[in-house]
Amino acid sequence: MSNEKTSRPMGRPGHGPMGGGGRPVEKAKDFSGTIKKLIKFMRPHYGKMLIGIIFAAISVILMIIGPKILAKATDELVSGFLRVVYKTGSIDFEYILQIIGILIGLYLVSSVLQYVMSIIMATATQKTAYSLRKQIAEKIDRMPFSYFDSRPHGDVLSRVTNDVDTLQMSLGQSLSQTVQSAIQVVGYPIMMLTISWQMTLMALCVIPLSLILVSFIVKKSQVYFVKQQRYLAEVNGHVEEMYSGHIVMKAFNGEQKSIDEFKVHNNHLYETAWKSQFLSGMMMPITQFVGNLGYVGVCLLGGWLAAAGSITVGDIQAFITYVRNFNQPISQLAQVMNTLQSAAAAAERIFEFLEEPEEVPETTTPKPIVDESGNSLIKGTVSFENVHFGYNPDKIVINDFSMYINAGKRVAIVGPTGAGKTTIVKLLMRFYELNSGTIYVDGTDIKEFKRGDLRSLFGMVLQDAWLFNGTIMENLRYGRLDATDEEVIAAADAAYVDHFIRTLDHGYHTEINEESSNISQGQKQLLTIARAFLADPKILILDEATSSVDTRTEVLIQKGMDNLMKNRTCFIIAHRLSTIRDADLILVMREGDIVEVGTHDELMAENGFYTQLYNSQFEEE
Amino acid sequence: MFQLVKKYIKPFLIPVIAIIALLFGQAQCELALPDYMSNIVDTGIQNGGIEDGVPLAIRESEFQHLTLFMSDADKAFFEDSYRLIKTGDAAKDQLQDYPVLKKENVYELKDISSKNRDKLNDLLVKPEMMVTAIAKSAADKDGDLYKMMNQYHITDPFQMISMMPADQLKAQEKMIDKQIKKIGASVTRASGAAFVKNELKAIGYDTDAMKDNYIMIAGAKMLLIALGSALCAILVGLLASRVSAGFSRDLRGDVFKKVENFSSEEFNRFSTSSLITRTTNDVQQVQMVMVMFLRIVVYAPIIGFGAVLHVISSGASMTWIIAMCVIILLGIIGILMMLAMPKFKISQKLIDKINGVTREFLDGMPVVRAFNNQKNEEEKFDDVNQRILKNQLFINRTMSCMMPAMTLVMNGASLLIIWVGGHQIESGSIQVGDMMAFMQYSMQIIMAFLMIAMVAVMLPRASVSGKRVLEVLSTDFCIHDPQEPKHFNDEQKGYIDFQHVSFRYPGAEEDVLHDINFTAKPGETTAFIGSTGSGKSTVINLVPRFFDVTEGAILVDGVDIRDVTQHELREKIGYVPQKGVLFTGDIASNLRYAKADATDEELRIASDIAQATEFIDSKPEGYATLIAQGGTNVSGGQKQRLSIARALVKQPEIFIFDDSFSALDFKTDAKLRGELNKLTKQTKATVLLVAQRISSIMHAERIVVLDKGMVAGIGTHEELMKSCEVYQEIAYSQLSKEELGNE
Repeated sequence: MSNEKTSRPMGRPGHGPMGGGGRPVEKAKDFSGTIKKLIKFMRPHYGKMLIGIIFAAISVILMIIGPKILAKATDELVSGFLRVVYKTGSIDFEYILQIIGILIGLYLVSSVLQYVMSIIMATATQKTAYSLRKQIAEKIDRMPFSYFDSRPHGDVLSRVTNDVDTLQMSLGQSLSQTVQSAIQVVGYPIMMLTISWQMTLMALCVIPLSLILVSFIVKKSQVYFVKQQRYLAEVNGHVEEMYSGHIVMKAFNGEQKSIDEFKVHNNHLYETAWKSQFLSGMMMPITQFVGNLGYVGVCLLGGWLAAAGSITVGDIQAFITYVRNFNQPISQLAQVMNTLQSAAAAAERIFEFLEEPEEVPETTTPKPIVDESGNSLIKGTVSFENVHFGYNPDKIVINDFSMYINAGKRVAIVGPTGAGKTTIVKLLMRFYELNSGTIYVDGTDIKEFKRGDLRSLFGMVLQDAWLFNGTIMENLRYGRLDATDEEVIAAADAAYVDHFIRTLDHGYHTEINEESSNISQGQKQLLTIARAFLADPKILILDEATSSVDTRTEVLIQKGMDNLMKNRTCFIIAHRLSTIRDADLILVMREGDIVEVGTHDELMAENGFYTQLYNSQFEEE
Repeated sequence: MFQLVKKYIKPFLIPVIAIIALLFGQAQCELALPDYMSNIVDTGIQNGGIEDGVPLAIRESEFQHLTLFMSDADKAFFEDSYRLIKTGDAAKDQLQDYPVLKKENVYELKDISSKNRDKLNDLLVKPEMMVTAIAKSAADKDGDLYKMMNQYHITDPFQMISMMPADQLKAQEKMIDKQIKKIGASVTRASGAAFVKNELKAIGYDTDAMKDNYIMIAGAKMLLIALGSALCAILVGLLASRVSAGFSRDLRGDVFKKVENFSSEEFNRFSTSSLITRTTNDVQQVQMVMVMFLRIVVYAPIIGFGAVLHVISSGASMTWIIAMCVIILLGIIGILMMLAMPKFKISQKLIDKINGVTREFLDGMPVVRAFNNQKNEEEKFDDVNQRILKNQLFINRTMSCMMPAMTLVMNGASLLIIWVGGHQIESGSIQVGDMMAFMQYSMQIIMAFLMIAMVAVMLPRASVSGKRVLEVLSTDFCIHDPQEPKHFNDEQKGYIDFQHVSFRYPGAEEDVLHDINFTAKPGETTAFIGSTGSGKSTVINLVPRFFDVTEGAILVDGVDIRDVTQHELREKIGYVPQKGVLFTGDIASNLRYAKADATDEELRIASDIAQATEFIDSKPEGYATLIAQGGTNVSGGQKQRLSIARALVKQPEIFIFDDSFSALDFKTDAKLRGELNKLTKQTKATVLLVAQRISSIMHAERIVVLDKGMVAGIGTHEELMKSCEVYQEIAYSQLSKEELGNE
């Protein structure tokens, strides 16, 4: 496992001003495949979604019919007006009221249906997002450790949050919008045709014009968007770097140099930023202009046709509404295609993760670790037999390692930083599978145990103590979930941490915050010792503190560990020479490989790497 | 936010004014379009392209009829405005235009001013109505006029009229006057046009061509206006993007410059990550709102105002409908936002939370699995997941209201306009086209206000960003250069003197350092040791003036460091931080950071001492090996060695090592210290060194033991082992007695 904690990547590039306009969209590698999977995934919601689609359809159809009916009212006004002018009568307001009544009903029904549809679709997407998150979380549990070696945690994190977020947002929009826009795209021309084929023809001719212009601009602006994104990253990168290295920059009088460099990046950003913004901002005026072109066309052609008497003034009014609205579903469909693209890209990453190969399955005939009355059957003997292992198959780091360790013995693992001292530990707990060879606990191949059983035999106290956001009591009980309060307190006492806990404001109920920054490193380690006590394991894995612990706490930690080690088989990643010299066996590691094995005296006699390592600390100048 | 905008918009005042002017132009154009549509409907379609009651040409006979109902003054004006074309001397094209010329003389309208035309139109209203009415009643076989004409055997009703007694005529006129008063202006205009149309038909004039012409010209004007609107909008886009990008460039530049001059104290106050977001994301946020503001928010009141003007000039008094719709819509948005806003805020927190749970899960994976607690973690995750689901559902269900409600209001507005407008049409105050235009204005205005509402949603976030940026800009520096800087005393080179130095963080209740006294000498190593929180790092960070002392003074080369410029002080210092910090570039550029003109040989010597040569040489590109941002492509130990080498290249008088060997293994640590010692002895450099490991400092000439911010002892290792209890404690915790005895 990599110790490098990668922070969450700096989000997606922020939504640029006037969003949408030609920003390059992240694309999925296999668009249709991913969409198919996504559709399959939404199966539990099919029924509701169908209802939603039907509702959407009805709602849109009603909305489309509206202007045509409204036209009748206008026509009545026109002819009524003429009657007034020629003094042959007046406007029939009863008729108009009737029409208004019908339309109110129509619009109400349409709006209600649209609302119901939105709710149905939103619920379906939210529930899908929920179950995606759930599945990812469960999947993490079943993944082998090796998966996380090659990937920063931020990557998996961003799938749970960013990707699912993107998906839920774009999916929710796309689903209802696609249905509505599709019906509108078909419905508007049909309604237009019922008024006049000549005008429809003209209106339909204008639309491709807008599409061509828009796609031309999108292409142009995309170039600048890519550049802008790059320069933005450069600016942000420089800021991040200079702020993180602020002290060094100051210490070496680097202010001017840094400001000058920033200016260069900032100017680059300015140049591309305004260009990309301008170009993407052109979309609105251009579509508006083309829309106006259609409007003028309708007025002209409609004027002639109406004067010639083949259509009415109301028809012109309805037609204007249709033409003005017709652009909308088209640009919306284009937008939906974009959002679908990013949704597919997000979904692809999620499914990719869900489809990753999982841990080797558990044995079907597990060996028990306790007898019927609950007494442990394990004494704690550990042996390695011709173990071969490598994090990569092509780079074997443990070559044919064999060793027998009696129950209750202490094994020290030593070596310079980064020598891979924790590898052995990870193999023991079966976090990784061996390439070949066998590890036995009490003579049983560890693969014969259930993973859970095997791991319950071990207790771990790592230097990078892991605590979670919760009370101290909860954190300690993590060692054994069914432990009583008394047992927890007894364990804390044995780990010399009871006194410290009681000095805290809320004692055992003190909250440890998310970064566990409200207690010191040394105290954290004491708590993990207590946790291991509570778990009462047969075999212990200890990681000695190197630094950043104050002296008095260090003494407590030492005492706690000594206490814990009694009567258990111990693997100690050792830094203190006294520990190393007292060990029953020393494994010397170098660059991931076990290079020497033996007791202190044996190894010193060998005068090899261990001797070098041991002496280097006290070399005379 | 407002303050920020005010300050940074200044250089762009002219373009901003231009933007507003252009937006005004755009609004005018957009609003003019429905006007023309209304003209096409009212004049083009309904009146056959005839704008008013002034006929282009008129038969002599009809001319005479009209004059019957005019006062003498009016008559003179009327005759003055027309010229007579006689049947005999009609030109060919005149004959073509007015075929009736073959039989009858025709009066043709002279080229008159629009003022005179309006006057003519007004005085013609009554006569035209009279003539129309008389013609109509003459055709009515049951009417009095018809009977009278039969009685006197007169075929021309007007001859009949001229024979009528004056008072009878007066009564007729009075009746017409009453009628005119009753009907609205639009009806009189329409009936005037109807008269003209009939007359022109009688002349044989091609009225269809006239109508087509009218529509054509209106269409061409609309096209020009549409083009004008697009042009304005594009220019606005150009200016707005330049202004907002320039605005954010200036702002970002100033923030960066400010932060670069911050001392560690200001850095601690804001925290590094917060400063990064303030310089990047927050500025970006402000910029985004700027664009929106310039293009949309400013536009809405302009178009709203323009529309009101148009509405007033069109005579339709339905502005209240628009106002009502805007208020209802803003109300709906307001209510929905009020309902959803708190949930939005929670939503961000929940996302952080699920991030936290997942991160905990991932980071603690070995522990989780070692203790078999996967189920427990999954339950925790599911708990947050459920809460996200509930929260999101609430937000979605609330926001789902928005669209249907808005369409409903907008459609309702159309219906209301039809109803109210219908009555106004009947009373003659507007025409159908006006009403249609009104519908379109109202949509434009409502849309503009909706846009404002959309932008308003973004505003709170942006104003928070603006505030955060402003906070940085308005921070006063804690550390200033002196007004009249002194210079270092070269005779005391390499001496660092702490005189009763105390330090506390601003706002803190207790001193971090209290009454520290010691002198570091050239060619010697002064080391600091103590447990975490003892203040050992703070001591050495005071020397380069990352912080200023609270009490006492630090003298370097005999001069108080507050009396020289920060630049001059830091020129003397080679600083190596705890965490190796490298900058983007290559290894060589990093090593040359403090001394740009260092030779390759100098780099090599420095990396030799820093024990970095071996790994640099192992890289295929050697010194040209690229360093990624934050130095992520080299290990912690390598970073430390390079940052030591960087300080060495500078060849400073004073070295400061802030726990700089922690990532090195014992062996490298020991070797490096040996080489370094040789060098500093040779160059008479002063070394200040903080360490955790006692083995790293055992050989220092002077060890300062710190405990809770106070000096617990000063001396060599041997002296301290005898006299200083704190030192002994540290020593015993790290080394066994035997090892210590080995010395």
